Amino acid sequence: MKFICQLSEIPPLGARRVKRTNGGEIAIFRTGDDQVFALLDRCPHKGGPLSQGIVFGNKVACPLHNWNIGLDDGCAAAPDEGCVERYAVELRGAEVWLDATAPLAPLPSLTSTASIANSMANKPTSTVIPIAVA
Amino acid sequence: MQKVRLVMVGNGMAGVRTLEELIKLTPDLYDITVFGAEPHPNYNRILLSPVLAGEQTIKDIILNDFQWYEDNHIRLYTNKKIAKIDRKNRTVEASDGTVCEYDRLLLATGSNPFMLPVPGAKLDGVLSYRDIYDTEKMIEAAATDKQAVVIGGGLLGLEAANGLSLRGMEVTVIQFAGWLMERQLDETASRMLQASLEAKGLKFALNANTEAILDNVTQGKVSAVKLKDGTVIPAQLVVMAVGIRPNTELAESAGIHCNRGIVVNDTMQTYDPRIYAVGECVSHRGIAYGLVAPLFDQAKVAANHLAQMGIGRYEGSVTSTKLKVTGVDLFSAGNFMGGDDCEEIVLSDPSAGIYKKIILKDDKLIGSVMYGDTADGAWYFKLLRDGTNIGAMRDRLMFGENNLGDTGHQGQNKAAAMSMDAEVCGCNGVCKGTIVKAIKDKGLFTLEEVRKHTKASSSCGSCTGLVEQILMFTAGGDYSATPKFKAMCGCIDHNHQAVRDAIKTHHLITIPAVMKMMEWRTPNGCASCRPAINYYVQSTWAKEALDDPQSRYINERSHANIQKDGTYSVIPRMWAGETTSSELRRIANVVDKYAIPTVKVTGGQRIDLLGIKKEDLVSVWKDLDMPSGHAYAKGLRTVKTCVGSEWCRFGTQDSTQMGKDLERMLWRMYAPHKVKLAVSGCPRNCAESGIKDVGVIGVDSGWEIYIAGNGGIKTEVAEFFVKLKTSDEVLEYSAAFLQLYREEGWYLERTVHYVQRVGMEYVKEKVLNDAANRRALYDRLLFSLDGEPDPWHEQVKAQVDTRQFIPIAVVA
Repeated sequence: MKFICQLSEIPPLGARRVKRTNGGEIAIFRTGDDQVFALLDRCPHKGGPLSQGIVFGNKVACPLHNWNIGLDDGCAAAPDEGCVERYAVELRGAEVWLDATAPLAPLPSLTSTASIANSMANKPTSTVIPIAVA
Repeated sequence: MQKVRLVMVGNGMAGVRTLEELIKLTPDLYDITVFGAEPHPNYNRILLSPVLAGEQTIKDIILNDFQWYEDNHIRLYTNKKIAKIDRKNRTVEASDGTVCEYDRLLLATGSNPFMLPVPGAKLDGVLSYRDIYDTEKMIEAAATDKQAVVIGGGLLGLEAANGLSLRGMEVTVIQFAGWLMERQLDETASRMLQASLEAKGLKFALNANTEAILDNVTQGKVSAVKLKDGTVIPAQLVVMAVGIRPNTELAESAGIHCNRGIVVNDTMQTYDPRIYAVGECVSHRGIAYGLVAPLFDQAKVAANHLAQMGIGRYEGSVTSTKLKVTGVDLFSAGNFMGGDDCEEIVLSDPSAGIYKKIILKDDKLIGSVMYGDTADGAWYFKLLRDGTNIGAMRDRLMFGENNLGDTGHQGQNKAAAMSMDAEVCGCNGVCKGTIVKAIKDKGLFTLEEVRKHTKASSSCGSCTGLVEQILMFTAGGDYSATPKFKAMCGCIDHNHQAVRDAIKTHHLITIPAVMKMMEWRTPNGCASCRPAINYYVQSTWAKEALDDPQSRYINERSHANIQKDGTYSVIPRMWAGETTSSELRRIANVVDKYAIPTVKVTGGQRIDLLGIKKEDLVSVWKDLDMPSGHAYAKGLRTVKTCVGSEWCRFGTQDSTQMGKDLERMLWRMYAPHKVKLAVSGCPRNCAESGIKDVGVIGVDSGWEIYIAGNGGIKTEVAEFFVKLKTSDEVLEYSAAFLQLYREEGWYLERTVHYVQRVGMEYVKEKVLNDAANRRALYDRLLFSLDGEPDPWHEQVKAQVDTRQFIPIAVVA
């Protein structure tokens, strides 16, 4: 983790760019309730700079084609598909710290077949289960 | 925690749609149980006709397979009909004795076909036409029997007759009324339909009453239909398609108030607050709907209330009809018969098989019936639904939307005639096959869904009519209509007008104040409502409301146009398209200094510098030392001019000077959308004033003003507004019109759409007929613009956050 800036240097509902000597730029977002998130500054759709989008809730709207990307999971809102690399960022008091060296592991997709299989494993699979018979 | 138990009775389209909407909103709130009387999962009942006709199979029309229920943890009982609701103990009981408890009950029992109470109606071989069972029975019968009678010449009856005929049967349709589809067609259209169906081999008995269905004594099976006039038509299959009745038997037996349908309020709740109802079984404000679009609107509302969100009301629907008989093109909507206080416009070309009638009342389209060429059905339906004032386009209305200028899909206006690989959406490169596939595979029903899944019609929207047509014949029947009342965005149920009104009435000058007053659902809106509110507060309370740069699109935040690679383009202002050697030298120097890759002359008579890095923007502006061209803004862009009387041998007026005066007055003006002007020095109109928001044309005796033109997606020719004598008048009238638009236009609504919405007469009333109001509008515009900063050169005053132009840090 490296110190990047004071929180006040990022506008609320806005973002700033962090340049990297090797690798693409990283966008650090600040939400309305002062959470910070870091994503690679490239929309999974056509590579638009997400740092330039409008931030709302926990999302940013890409400035090129208005895809909505989740700041927490880096993924496009359905039915659009695609995720962008997330980076570890945290607030230490009023200071923003970032680990720009390697992206975080992608979050397990909630809709992938594997996770459904897991969640179904403990549940009965039959479509018809009598609840009560009079 | 124990989940709330939701039981749904009925497993049809409206009910399952409600569950889908509910699961989207709150996947875990309910433990859901569904009882269906049929053995099948949810299927698309509208597409039974193509199945009967052999054009699709049962498998094609399944909307939610058994796996879907399983994936969503929904307990599905098929083949179980609920016989009883015990409201006191909150249980339902199936006819086989299965009992299930509920906390919330959703009734989606649909409708029953109405069977004529004639002798022989219960014979073997007499069918209704309602579900997969009926359809399969009919297909079976068609394989062995030769003759069929369909009782009922409505939509369903004709589709059944057509299907049976295609399967080789000799079919006679018995119709009580004097012409076919009497509830959707006028006589002329109906006769044309009849002729084309007769050409396909169908026979008709009109004005005919069924007296009895006769059996062949030995087997108890139908053998003929006898009419009141004594005619006997032999038939081994009789299909009754005389109408449907809401299925309220269960609800009535439980003491729930019914009146030709289960009576519900605007939140789809029955008289028992724990019990909701949707679909064909429902009577809402006295109407029971039998088409899919209104039912889906109901589903959305019911789901919202079941999800305990408590917002959204169903306020009724307007419906349209399209017959699903391949090769027959038919469309009807609204009041197609007209009446004493209505006007009709009719186009009739019997030998080409084309008939179109539109019914007007008070400058609004209230009904339409079309035969042979229904390409504009979707458009007429939209005009009807939205209550659009058609006064201005009345003379062109009959010739369709295509006539009004259309680009992006090779002038195609008949989706059915397009091949699968033909491009429908020119913006996003979506071909017809992709759309058809998405509609089929994903079970899409609405334009909004197609937009989300395929991107077709989601950018410029010019292909919307085509996409709607594709939806009509792929999803079957009526595509779901956009409600007339369109909420601003997903954050709120109010529309743009309500938000504008509240800002004015309650003197709201900040975005948070608006959101609090109007009870926004989201903490800070979204990328579509925030820019709109930001514009509304500033245009309503000039000099009082502060700009919020974080609620502006990137172009207006960085005062340049973002390009596909993330670089920007910069267009300096050249007053009325005139420049000087010194400006050109500075531009050339900037191009060299910043290694700008592309320099282009724009359509608005300026020079565009493309491919500039964001870091360089501020110094480019400084080195150019020219005013911002606002080419990035929802606001005044350019005033295009011809050279005019100063040089041109035909020129009657000094158009360049007029253009400069207009541009000097209006620059830095933000508006609901971009605004472009043009001034031509003579009627040859070299500056193309006819397609501008405000177009001025010099004539020998003064100036003609045209307004609300548009050269974009749909070419819209500007309409003549007023003839003026002096250039001062041109300034005042143009400014007054633009201020009216600024104060009343909805965000992202161009002048053409604003004027279409409020009507040209209204604009004339406010600007031409009321001199005091015109003057006041003019003064308010000047007041708003007075002292407004140039964001390129007065960055502090213009609240340009210059921190955005440089990276905040550089790391390894």
